[in-house]
Amino acid sequence: MTAAESYPEGLSYNAEHDWARIEGDEAVLGITWYAQDSLGELVHFEPPDEGTSVAKDESYGEVESVKAVSDLISPLSGEVLEVNRSVVDAPETVNEDPYGQGWLIRIRLTNPSEREQLLDVAAYRKVVEDA
Amino acid sequence: MQTLRRTPLYEQHVALGARLVPFAGWEMPVQYRGVIEEHLAVRRDAGVFDVSHMGELEVEGPTARDLLQSTLSNDIDRLEPGGAQYTLLTTESGGIVDDLIVYRLDGHRYLLVVNAANRDAAFAWLKEREIRGSDVRDVSDLYALLAVQGPRALDRLGVPHGTPFTWEMGEVGGVEVMINRTGYTGEEGVELACMEDDAVRLWDAVVGAGVTPCGLGARDTLRLEVCYPLHGNDIGPQWDAISSGLGWACALETAFTGVEVLREIKAAGPTRRLIPFRMTEKAIPRQGMHIEGGGEVTSGSYSPMLDVGIGLGYVPAAEGKVGTELAVDVRGRPRGAQVVKKPFYTREEKS
Repeated sequence: MTAAESYPEGLSYNAEHDWARIEGDEAVLGITWYAQDSLGELVHFEPPDEGTSVAKDESYGEVESVKAVSDLISPLSGEVLEVNRSVVDAPETVNEDPYGQGWLIRIRLTNPSEREQLLDVAAYRKVVEDA
Repeated sequence: MQTLRRTPLYEQHVALGARLVPFAGWEMPVQYRGVIEEHLAVRRDAGVFDVSHMGELEVEGPTARDLLQSTLSNDIDRLEPGGAQYTLLTTESGGIVDDLIVYRLDGHRYLLVVNAANRDAAFAWLKEREIRGSDVRDVSDLYALLAVQGPRALDRLGVPHGTPFTWEMGEVGGVEVMINRTGYTGEEGVELACMEDDAVRLWDAVVGAGVTPCGLGARDTLRLEVCYPLHGNDIGPQWDAISSGLGWACALETAFTGVEVLREIKAAGPTRRLIPFRMTEKAIPRQGMHIEGGGEVTSGSYSPMLDVGIGLGYVPAAEGKVGTELAVDVRGRPRGAQVVKKPFYTREEKS
C-alpha cells in the first residue's frame, strides 16, 4: 500500500525531493512522499558502497520505477555508514513508508554546517506546491 | 507546442485519476492506480485498455486482396472472412513500415488496425500503391477500441470463449461491437471496436463488470514479458523483418514489397538478431543502452511476473544464441544478462 501524502516536521529537505534526518553528526537520507509518488512503485535501488563519500547536491545513487530512473541527490556531504539493505531487496518499502522503513542510507556528516542551507518543512511544501 | 488529441474516453480517464502523458500525438493514460497493480490485474483477472488512439484503415474493392497481398508480408489468401492475421507493411529493403492486424470483414473488405504513431505513414503508403478496383480509407475517427485482456476477461464481459485470431459481431453492455479475439498482452482476451460515440457506454459497462482500467505503462510491461515487439522501439524501417525475428509473419513464397531481400537474408542468415535477455545481476535495462560487443537495447523494463530486469535488443548473430552471457551498460556500470528463449512469461493454460 502506498502511504498517504505527508512531509514530517523535523526533517531537512532539498528541492530535489530528498530528505535528511540529522542526529548529532550523522544523518539518515531518503526521498519524500512527493518523489515516490511521481516515480510510482519503486522496483530498484542502486545504493552507494558503504565507506564511500557522498557530496552535497551530487548523486549518491539511483531509484527506478517501471517507467523512470531518478538520481538521488544528497542533501548533505558525508561518509556512507550504512545502506538500507531491506530497501535493496524490497524497493517498494519506500512507497509504503518513505520516512520510516523506506530510508535509504545513513551517513556521517563531514560538513555539518551545510544543514543551514536546507529547507524546513514549510519551505519544502512550497517547492511541492509550485512543482 | 503540439496540440494533443484526446480519445472519446478522456473524461473517464480523468475521473478515474489517471496519470496522462503525451503518446504519439495523443494524451493517453499511462497508469491509474499503478503499473504493477494493473499488470497483475491482467495476468490474474482482467484489465481494460483504451486503445482508441490506434488507427483503422479500410481497404475495399474487387482488387483489395491484390493490393494487400503485394504490400503485406503475410499470406492474405490464408485469411477467411471472420479471420484476423498479424502481418507487416514492408519496405523495399525488407524493413517494417508498421506491424498490424488485418481483419477480413467480408469477401472484398479488410480492416487494418495500425499503430497510432504510424497511422498517417501506413495510410499514405497504401494510398500511393492503390490499384484500380481498390479503395483505401482512413476510418480511424469512426472507431473507439478497447482491449479487454486477462484470464477472466471473457467471463466478466459475458462473451463466450472462442478461437484466437477470429472476430464476430456481438453486444457488450448494450453496445454493438466487433469482438476481435486478438491482443497485445499474451493473455486470453478481446479487442472491442465500437462506434466512437458508443465508447463511453462500452467503457462504463466493461469497468462496471469489474475489469481493472489499465494504462500504457502496463500495456508495455505486459507485451514485453511475452516478447511482442513494439514498432518504433524493437522494429522499424531500419531493421529487416528476418533480423527482427518476424520471419514467421513473412510468407516468402508470395510476392510482396521487399520479399527478394528477405529471401536473401533468410538464406544467408541475418548478421544481427533481435533477442530477448534477462538480467542476471540487479539492474533494469532501458531502451538505448549499449550491449557490450556491439549490441543495443531496444526495450527494457522490470518484469512484475519474474521480478527481474528484462529486455529486447539487437546483437551480432553470434551473440544471439540462447544462454549467451551479455553485459549491458547501465549508465556506466556493466551488468550481467543472458539471452533467453522467448517468451519470458507463458500463461497457464486452463484445463
